[in-house]
Amino acid sequence: MNFLFRYANPHEFMRLSGAVLPVFAVATALCLAIGLYLGFSVPPDYQQGTTVILMFIHVPADVVAELAYGAIAVCSLLSLVWRHPLSDTAARAAAPFGAMFTALGLVTGALWGKPMWGTYWVWDARLTSFLLLLFLYFGYMALWNAIEDETRAARACAILALVGMVNIPIIKFSVDWWSTLHQGESIMSGKIAPVYLAPLLIMMLGYVLLFLTLWMVRIRTAILERRARNLMREAAA
Amino acid sequence: MNFDMGAYGVYIWPAYGVSALAIGGAIVWTLVSWRRAKARLAALEKTPRGTAAPSK
Amino acid sequence: MSAFVTLLLRDIRLAARSGGSAALALSFFALVATLVPLGVGADLHLLSRVAGGVLWVGAVLSALLSLDRLFQGDFEDGSLDLIALSPLALELTALAKIAAHWLSTGLPLTLLSPLLALLFNLPGPATAILFVSLLIGTPAVSAIGAIGASLTLSLKRGGLILPLIILPLLSPAVIFGAGAVQAALDGMAAKDALGLLAAFATASVLLSPFAAAACVRLNLGG
Repeated sequence: MNFLFRYANPHEFMRLSGAVLPVFAVATALCLAIGLYLGFSVPPDYQQGTTVILMFIHVPADVVAELAYGAIAVCSLLSLVWRHPLSDTAARAAAPFGAMFTALGLVTGALWGKPMWGTYWVWDARLTSFLLLLFLYFGYMALWNAIEDETRAARACAILALVGMVNIPIIKFSVDWWSTLHQGESIMSGKIAPVYLAPLLIMMLGYVLLFLTLWMVRIRTAILERRARNLMREAAA
Repeated sequence: MNFDMGAYGVYIWPAYGVSALAIGGAIVWTLVSWRRAKARLAALEKTPRGTAAPSK
Repeated sequence: MSAFVTLLLRDIRLAARSGGSAALALSFFALVATLVPLGVGADLHLLSRVAGGVLWVGAVLSALLSLDRLFQGDFEDGSLDLIALSPLALELTALAKIAAHWLSTGLPLTLLSPLLALLFNLPGPATAILFVSLLIGTPAVSAIGAIGASLTLSLKRGGLILPLIILPLLSPAVIFGAGAVQAALDGMAAKDALGLLAAFATASVLLSPFAAAACVRLNLGG
């Protein structure tokens, strides 16, 4: 906990993130490059043919979609319980990226589903859960924009994020239950052949690093924006 | 690397394309906002604040 | 306890007086039930198969109509500050408001549902399950709705954001509620779905007051 609070100071955060950022950026680029190279070198799948390589951009997007929401939830908890000063900024910064990766997961999922089932959208449990997650993101971002007072907005959104976090397992459970009723297809059935594992894991890592890099830059931007606002307020005084 | 996707190409390339566009867009947006914020802050910090009453 | 009951009765009376939120919700519910067949056609067999889902979604949307006023009225005229200062815990206040909302919205909707089920050619046993599912599930709608209402209570145009926030959170209720009706239609036992719905509703009603109270506090404290 002390570790986290050491970087609660915006100056410290700027210093640390400034040092770490190039490393993250390079690591991201490397992982994605290697992942793509390996991904395009795999043999076609027995059942899915060449469409199996869609797994390498669909699953990582889904992973980041959920990771981003988890990050928002953790930041919200830090903000509400421990009054960690930078967490509100961090939570708000993560949301657009989370929403984007969720949407990306839905689009790639639909394009993966079409050759599989013949239609672009099938109400399978995973895609449906992610559609609901997208709405959760929209609601979160809308609430931030709607409440004018920043402190109030931060606290309201923190509560919303935590309520959402508690609900997400329930939603996923209910959607799973619902899809078994209707015998939905599943886009990804369990076992992954070992030859696909390496590109998948590397792409997942690449996507996660990408999110962390972009998130860091966004937080730094928000810190600068706040400094600018404070300066303008002083000048007006 | 194998780029011959056969009949599935019509799904695979758009999927990779959308992903590239979205990710590229996110990177561009993030960098542009950063540069804009940095420039604005630099401009504000240069502005002489002599017109305001001196703070204690 | 008497403070709780007083608040409860007061809110019900307010709801009844200010344009009768029950009448509004019931009309909306009936309208939705009328529009859907206009949209999907009068095939009675089709209608009976979608009745559970349509009526459940309709009930949820109808209950939403009066939610944004749950705390806003008291917030605007300052009574919420007074209520917050009263010896009654804010969580119990929230619970009282949730109960009042359910009694003036969810319960009437439930009571109307068998009549609307008739429009959809829903067989008797399935209608009974629909009734029970709405009875169990609409408290969850009021409870989770209260969280949304407390989050948006300071917004003038909060009415649009509120559904966006809480509808995803209500999806389990729709899934289990409509699922129960579907099970009854297929001749299977609905007790699994109803059990899950009851668990969801119980958890919502017990936990939402804490979240709603926290949100009210942050809006009052500023």
